[in-house]
Amino acid sequence: MKVRAQIGMVLNLDKCIGCHTCSITCKNVWTSREGVEYAWFNNVETKPGIGFPKEWENQEKWKGGWKRDAGGKLQLKIGGKLRVLANIFANPDLPEIDDYYEPFDFDYQYLHNAPDKKHQPVARPRSLITGQRMEKIEWGPNWEEILGTEFEKRKADKNFDDVVQKDIYGQFEKTFMMYLPRLCEHCLNPACVAACPSGAIYKREEDGIVLIDQEKCRGWRMCVSACPYKKIYYNWKSGKSEKCIFCFPRIEAGQPTVCSETCVGRIRYLGVLLYDADKIEAAANTPNEKDLYQSQIDLFLDPEDPKVIAAARKEGISDNWIKAAQRSPVYKIAMDWKVALPLHPEYRTLPMVWYVPPLSPIQTAAQAGHVGMNGVIPDLKSLRIPLRYLANLLTAGDEKPVERALERMIAMRAFKRSQQVDGVEDLDVLKQVGLTPVQVEEMYRYMALANYEDRFVIPTSHTTYAENAYDLKSSCGFSFGNGCGDGNNGVNLFGSQQIGVRQVIPVVVEE
Amino acid sequence: MSYFNTLAFGIYPYVAMAILFIGSWIRYDREQYSWKASSSQLLEKEKLRLGSILFHIGILGIFFGHLFGLLTPVEIWHAIGVTAPMKQLVAMGAGGLFGLICFIGLTILIQRRLFNPRIRATSKKMDIVILFLLYAQLILGLISIGISAGHLDGHEMMKLMMWAQNIMTLDLVDAVENISSVHWIFKMHIMLGMTLFVVFPFSRLVHMLSAPVQYVTRQHQIVRKRFTR
Repeated sequence: MKVRAQIGMVLNLDKCIGCHTCSITCKNVWTSREGVEYAWFNNVETKPGIGFPKEWENQEKWKGGWKRDAGGKLQLKIGGKLRVLANIFANPDLPEIDDYYEPFDFDYQYLHNAPDKKHQPVARPRSLITGQRMEKIEWGPNWEEILGTEFEKRKADKNFDDVVQKDIYGQFEKTFMMYLPRLCEHCLNPACVAACPSGAIYKREEDGIVLIDQEKCRGWRMCVSACPYKKIYYNWKSGKSEKCIFCFPRIEAGQPTVCSETCVGRIRYLGVLLYDADKIEAAANTPNEKDLYQSQIDLFLDPEDPKVIAAARKEGISDNWIKAAQRSPVYKIAMDWKVALPLHPEYRTLPMVWYVPPLSPIQTAAQAGHVGMNGVIPDLKSLRIPLRYLANLLTAGDEKPVERALERMIAMRAFKRSQQVDGVEDLDVLKQVGLTPVQVEEMYRYMALANYEDRFVIPTSHTTYAENAYDLKSSCGFSFGNGCGDGNNGVNLFGSQQIGVRQVIPVVVEE
Repeated sequence: MSYFNTLAFGIYPYVAMAILFIGSWIRYDREQYSWKASSSQLLEKEKLRLGSILFHIGILGIFFGHLFGLLTPVEIWHAIGVTAPMKQLVAMGAGGLFGLICFIGLTILIQRRLFNPRIRATSKKMDIVILFLLYAQLILGLISIGISAGHLDGHEMMKLMMWAQNIMTLDLVDAVENISSVHWIFKMHIMLGMTLFVVFPFSRLVHMLSAPVQYVTRQHQIVRKRFTR
């Protein structure tokens, strides 16, 4: 047993209101620079939809993640090592900027200095790549927002596979939607790390955060293809790839990530998970895709188990991390109550961002009494969001874990309702879903009330693996390397342009 | 003229190689964030695929052809029974083939860089300069094949080989003597080649030093410890 710690995240989709605050705050902090205008370390998609970049879930197209080869060995979907190197001159599986969108800004200044005219002045868009006028914006990071675009296009969503009669969901009466905030999954078996020819991407031992060494990255672009979540972005300006850094400077100081901190719906949870690193390969290589969720769950170790604690100490995991693991909301939600599920486990990367599936309204038929009720729990087939759709998204098509999660959430509501309104303890409904009253009260506290100190249990970096603060004095803090230089200044021999200088042609006011 | 020959073919190569090595060293040491392939595939894919693959196949063939062709000692060629005329024919054939592949690729890449608005707008001056330098060098090389066809005895090629090997063995006087009587196209080709050495550390060409060969033997996953005492 080789115990390692990972900071994981849970997103309660049942409470996500799709406000994009997480995306905006993340963008303002990390990607408001030239070269990554199009990159969203965190973005919120409306599902069903093809997403950002277009059809990112279609791995026949983008070849992200892992597959089992004929001999039963785990291999990158983009190919073995030699094939990766053979494609180094031009990566056939790389999305183009238009698969994301051409970044743009508007001529706001024109609203101030437009001359007197018959018509109201308009701030027209211009490309942030060429600086030229864009006559039409074709696509954006949330183009399908709240079911924008027609169903004919949105139904290319891979999660519709095996959903019976998917065409009926194009009808107004049958339509459904949900939000899916997405960020780097900080996988246990990251495909990006395995695909990087330069060895620049790595997983941090102490907290599992996956990072790209900006100095070592040579811009071969294989990670962009290999990541099945398409959460690595190529910075066209710096020529290096960039990704979500899980706000590691904040995590190290015991603070939540920016996206979690600013989430107005309180849907995000951060906590420590202990897992057995020796079992990663076997878990990722589980033959049947539908068993991947279970084999991933089995990797995690009970932080209360004395044997686990002893093994963790032996690996040098400090006591405040073990204590944090015992209080971890992620462990409670994903392992204890099993209401949070991984995103697309079939990619075999063992993702570490977990999603609580959303409940959805029961269709009118159920209200009219035509749908079977199982006590207070309705037949889940009558929920607006097809079970199969959620299963394709979260459990590689296995409906049972999704069913269990949804039923437990409904049971929690029913239990609390009868307790608060009728003043009775409805223990039958809990028995039906296999929960105890204590568990439900805790679920209620964590998922309904969601207090700050319950949502975020982040241990600060322990001195044994924190940097030596004395050596860091008078240094430059967070930078791209080269110490205080960034490889870009006006008189640089190495010929790059300055960061932050937008190459936009000045607006010409036409009389 | 002999002063010029000494300067251009006796001294300039050492200056160029010094800049190549020291420049690359400093850049790797001080400015690694700028060390990259600088791909523009994200902004344009179709032409890049065709152009870049052809260009790289061609240039790699040419590069290794020059490396082994110029620097392998004559004794080894004799030992394996390759005579100078034979070697010249192989060099002309293989060089011509790879040169042509490279030429097609480079033409596509130059067209793309100059006329695709996205690529043009995001190009650094050096990206364009380097393409034209390579293009000029490639065309000089292709012309030199035509000149070589005029004398198939391998004598001229031997002079070029001896020059390169004399330079490597610091035999400056012999090097200049060997080279002084070759056709001016070859001389131009050598001078431009040395100029490419000079430009190398200041351009994206440095990415060739980072060819990721160690990837083949590396384990898939990489875990880093933060800090070890």
